[in-house]
Amino acid sequence: MKKQSMFVIWKNLPPIQKRILFTLSFVLPILAWCIISYVPFVWHPMVQITEVGDVSFYKQDMLVQKEVFYRENERLVRQGLKPAKGEPANPIYLPAPHTVANSLVSSFETPPRRPGEPWLHESLMHSISIIFWGFFLSSIFGVPLGIICGTYKFFSNLIEPFIEYFRYLPAPVFGALAVAVLGINDGPKIAIIFIGTFFQQVLVIANTTRKLDSSLIEASQTLGAKRLTIVRTVVIPGILPDLYRDMRILLGWAWTYLIVAEVIGTSTGISWFINQQAKYRNFDQVFAAIIIIGIIGVVSDQIFAWIGRRMFHWETHNEKR
Amino acid sequence: MTNFVLPSYKEQSQEVKDRFDRIKERPVMLRVENLTKTFKAKNGPSVALNNVSFQTYRREFTSIIGPSGCGKSTMVRLLAGLESQDSGNIYINDKIITGPGIERGMVFQGYTLFPWLNVVENVMYGLLRKGETKTYAKNKATEWVRLIGLEQFEHSYPSQLSGGMKQRVAIARSLATHPEILLMDEPFGALDAQTRAKMQSYLLQIWKKVNISIVFITHDLDEAIYLSDRIIVLKANPGEIAEIIEVPVSRPRSPDQFLSPEFLATKKRLEELIHPRHEDKDDKLPLVKLTLVGDEVL
Ligand SMILES: Nc1ncnc2c1ncn2[C@@H]1O[C@H](COP(=O)(O)OP(=O)(O)O)[C@@H](O)[C@H]1O
Ligand SMILES: [Mg+2]
Repeated sequence: MKKQSMFVIWKNLPPIQKRILFTLSFVLPILAWCIISYVPFVWHPMVQITEVGDVSFYKQDMLVQKEVFYRENERLVRQGLKPAKGEPANPIYLPAPHTVANSLVSSFETPPRRPGEPWLHESLMHSISIIFWGFFLSSIFGVPLGIICGTYKFFSNLIEPFIEYFRYLPAPVFGALAVAVLGINDGPKIAIIFIGTFFQQVLVIANTTRKLDSSLIEASQTLGAKRLTIVRTVVIPGILPDLYRDMRILLGWAWTYLIVAEVIGTSTGISWFINQQAKYRNFDQVFAAIIIIGIIGVVSDQIFAWIGRRMFHWETHNEKR
Repeated sequence: MTNFVLPSYKEQSQEVKDRFDRIKERPVMLRVENLTKTFKAKNGPSVALNNVSFQTYRREFTSIIGPSGCGKSTMVRLLAGLESQDSGNIYINDKIITGPGIERGMVFQGYTLFPWLNVVENVMYGLLRKGETKTYAKNKATEWVRLIGLEQFEHSYPSQLSGGMKQRVAIARSLATHPEILLMDEPFGALDAQTRAKMQSYLLQIWKKVNISIVFITHDLDEAIYLSDRIIVLKANPGEIAEIIEVPVSRPRSPDQFLSPEFLATKKRLEELIHPRHEDKDDKLPLVKLTLVGDEVL
């Protein structure tokens, strides 16, 4: 058999190849990170002091710019003083993989600096609850409204123009207003997620609804279905798989509004944690938190995708989607 | 090649004459009066149907045939109540129709099974809309699925069925609610020749078992002759009836009749109506001359 080229447009790959590529897509960036971190002279623009020598302002483990370090040492040698010793290092904002890996565990075990401040898992739960409520409230109104707009031209023409306008207003601009109306607690944060999701949601779902094959509606009419029965028995089940996919994408967008929402009023959740750690220059913890957010995002999306495949098993297998 | 003279398509055997006499004694099922429909197109209005009138009888199999774009789909969609006419009326059992109704079933050219319902659930759909109980609908639907020979596929979803199977289910779905007239818009148009031939015999068998009138749209001449009692021939621009032909082929039909003189005579007439020779642009194309040398074609 002739070996097939790997680069054929829209051609599905064999499963083994798919799995290898999936693994590589994570392994490659991590590998790059390891090379930058562990192989000296790839980058390493700093020197970490191991022996202070006769430099007054050096401290043990301090990071010094490479040029500064060599210039100082030359000066010391010229003056007959004891030069400092050090090892090449990366800047503090690029911690090595193993320190971040350590922090992934230790960040959950490290108690907060000040009593009364939340632990990492509490911060995470807070973030997730903000997303949940914002997205949930938006969906309660956005999904039905989107379906109604997609089904009836009357509502489409009445509602969509304004929403189309409103969605161009960036959600963060409502931050101050939200605080004024809803106070400084979770209210305005949920509102920002809501605003960021709702308007897109109505338009996206209206479009999805309009894409339903109209001959299915006609078929149901010739079988005796009328008005609301058509919506209930054809429109809704017909768009459900696409609606579900839309919701997954929208949920991803809601996550991007999280960071904005969390710094409104009193800073909370994972953004508070990250900012706090950055302030103490615990960049390994910052990285750990970022990685955790990513993991939560990817894992939850994969779970939703899996649930979707089970729920909509009747769909034609269209792997292009 | 032997030359033989075809009889006129108007010549009917006694058996065929008697059958048409019997058909015409039955009550009128569908009456179309002066039906006109125009569509607004970019370059002015286009007349899809112009003043079309005809009627069909109970249990009659009527085909509507004509060149592409002559208004066949428009006609059947008007009959189904999915579009509204500019003028004229459609009567079913002498009652004027104003929209879709369950006394008319419809099978579309594209596959319109509900993809989220399995075969039985698809057939149940109309029954449930009629207000039947779930249990009753399920039993009835299962009977239908058996009748169309898909009992092994009861719980399969449309995406798992072949085109022919899908159309069989679509037919069962329309018939399950006991409509009095079945409208079919090129239902086998997307099928390959073999499946198509099978589906045609299949449809005839079902039609024999079920008390129903059929209005069948097609652009396939053989299909129209093989299935129909009468064929309504439309011409395009504007869509008007060119002729209504009583098919002189005896029933029961079988594929052997495709080469019978009556069949060929009817086909010749249909060809004349649909592809008038003087308009056929293909005639002007230069002929490619093939010469046989031994077994090879040069
Ligand atoms: N929804 C529509 N809008 C505008 N023109 C239409 C529409 N449906 C059909 N037509 C026009 O009406 C004529 C008849 O179409 P149709 O009934 O689909 O023909 P057929 O089914 O015989 O091929 C064609 O010229 C077509 O362009
Ligand atoms: Mg058509």
